[in-house]
Amino acid sequence: MHVLPYLIAAYVFLTGCYGLATSRNLIHAVGCLAVCQSSTYVLLLAVGYQNGATAPVFSDIKPGSRPVVDPVVQALTLTDIVVGATVTALLLALVLQIAKRHGTVDPDELRELRG
Amino acid sequence: MHHLLPLLPAIPLLGAALLVATGRRLPRFAAEITGFVVSGGTAALALVLLLNSSPPMVEWVGGWLPAGGESVGIVVIGDGPALGMAALVSLLTLAALAYSWRYFDEPPRGHPGAFTALMLVFQGAMCGFAIAGDLFNAFVFFELMSVVAYALTGYRIDEAKAVQGALTFGVVNSLGAYAMLMGIGLLYARTGELAMTKIGRGLDTAAGHGGPDALVLASFVLVLTGLLVKAAAVPFHFWLPDAHAVAPTPVCMLLSGVMVELGAYGVWRVYGTVFAGPGGIPAADLTRALVTLGTLTAATGAVMCWYQRHIKRLLAYSTIAHTGLFLVGLGVLTPQGDDGVALYILGHAGVKAALFACAGVLLDRYGSVDEHALHGRARELRATAVMFAVAALGLAGLPPFGTALGKAVTEEAVGGPLTVVYVAASAITAGAVLRVTGRVFLGLGPRPKDADSDLETSGSEEEPETTGPLSRIPDTMTTVPAVLLAAALAVGVAPGFGDLVARSVNEGGSGGAHAVAQWTAHGVLLGLASTALAVALAGLAVTRPDWTAAPDWARPLRRLQSGHVGDYVAWLLVGAAVLGALALPGVLGG
Repeated sequence: MHVLPYLIAAYVFLTGCYGLATSRNLIHAVGCLAVCQSSTYVLLLAVGYQNGATAPVFSDIKPGSRPVVDPVVQALTLTDIVVGATVTALLLALVLQIAKRHGTVDPDELRELRG
Repeated sequence: MHHLLPLLPAIPLLGAALLVATGRRLPRFAAEITGFVVSGGTAALALVLLLNSSPPMVEWVGGWLPAGGESVGIVVIGDGPALGMAALVSLLTLAALAYSWRYFDEPPRGHPGAFTALMLVFQGAMCGFAIAGDLFNAFVFFELMSVVAYALTGYRIDEAKAVQGALTFGVVNSLGAYAMLMGIGLLYARTGELAMTKIGRGLDTAAGHGGPDALVLASFVLVLTGLLVKAAAVPFHFWLPDAHAVAPTPVCMLLSGVMVELGAYGVWRVYGTVFAGPGGIPAADLTRALVTLGTLTAATGAVMCWYQRHIKRLLAYSTIAHTGLFLVGLGVLTPQGDDGVALYILGHAGVKAALFACAGVLLDRYGSVDEHALHGRARELRATAVMFAVAALGLAGLPPFGTALGKAVTEEAVGGPLTVVYVAASAITAGAVLRVTGRVFLGLGPRPKDADSDLETSGSEEEPETTGPLSRIPDTMTTVPAVLLAAALAVGVAPGFGDLVARSVNEGGSGGAHAVAQWTAHGVLLGLASTALAVALAGLAVTRPDWTAAPDWARPLRRLQSGHVGDYVAWLLVGAAVLGALALPGVLGG
């Protein structure tokens, strides 16, 4: 149990948030959102990690013969990746449409909806 | 009976898959009938299950039963609140589909089932979130409903504002969801469990006599951040007015009527089953956090609502104000508060969906939802005018509306000075809606002057959602709001309904502590008082238009709603920090 992966997860999440808050380009912003999501992968995999354990695939090792890492978090991470792909694809499609309708992808120029 | 629980999300999802597969070949008529049948069938199933939900049902999906107390299966729960939310979701989806009967000019071309299919996925995801018994599935359904909601918000992709609002909605909500997932990861790290009840028990065991520690606090803050973004609590609320102002009207009915409330429901469910024990967050800290944020939300929502001229934005801010009231009611952690909020949510869903439906009629008839531009123009829409006014009175809490019953019970539970928040927030939001009624439908008072500020969204020059402006209002667009209002009235009028709701909520939540939910003289008087206050405010606003021009002290508040997605993300982080600070004392003391 090492604290470093958890710190890295927090750092990656905050970096993504900083990028989102200061972004000058919507494609960059969607990328930053993906960075925020990557931090959840780091966190989940860190939770299930064990020193000296192998992948939880039992095709070539006998069950119980040696320690494996937690398969639940790996399943969660895979689900999370699928979710992330959907979100990113949809948001990028929206950015494309914004570029067509507004002629810009700079959030500073998209201020019609206010007040 | 409990084997049927997973069908609640499964049927709409399968129906949507069917429509996506065959929609290209189906005539539009057939696609919409399919939507009705699937959505109505799910609603019927939810109601049947709801009637059998005592004692609460539990189902391990796919037969993955726990072995020796350990489980990796997916658990869904069917207690009163969960199935009640699922039934509300399904009925409101049915109403929205009926309202949108042959409604759009069919974008995307040649795929008539697309809108119906998206609405069905939305329904299935919301049902799934309502009955999810483990946190990771709650997250998956939360994301699914969010993604469909972004797509539906930006459904009219040819409109510049619609895609902009959808993107803001998407970025802020997804960030909230990822925060929630990090919290779930931390909880799994501590307890090795994903089912909510087992996490709760695991936290209590892990804490021993020590009480909560920093990890519990961090996971509490992260999970609640996600849920409160969905519930649009201040300062996580900035996405909501943008999304509601640009989404198609039937989608607004669902977003405001039930999706935002699912955030509040999630807070109730997660606190009650995960964090309520001795190893979780102490009750006093949750009360402090929710009452503070709820009061702020109610105040911000009410003030911003009063100064809007874009009618759909005005209704969106009124939803924010009411979520604040729901959070305060849940935050006091009494069985009676839970009952009141449940009734309030039922009544509010009917009233708010009816208001959006009426606003949609204005948009499609005149191509505008601007209170100033529409001044006196809608005199001929008598039925819509009556429904708008009646719904405004329901929003104010005029007995015997369901909103009034829920508000009265909650007011009794929160007691003291917080009652003032309830009366003021409901009176101001209802006053704003009554003001719109007076100006737009009756042409009362002088036409308000346009403020020379760049701080507002006007709502004129909007594209109608139908094929060109309507010359005649279709029957479905007047019947649906009428039925919704009747339902909101029935929640308060039907004898014994309040107690029925109270019993099933208490069975699901507070472990047998029964409270009664009935009309009291005190509650009726407060309801009448807030209605009178709303009418007075509306009268003042109509006769003296200067009153609705935003004064200087409200300008900073309006400036915060800058339309810049980066600002909203920054506020989300501030909100998470505030939430942590509000819950910190219990962790330090424990």
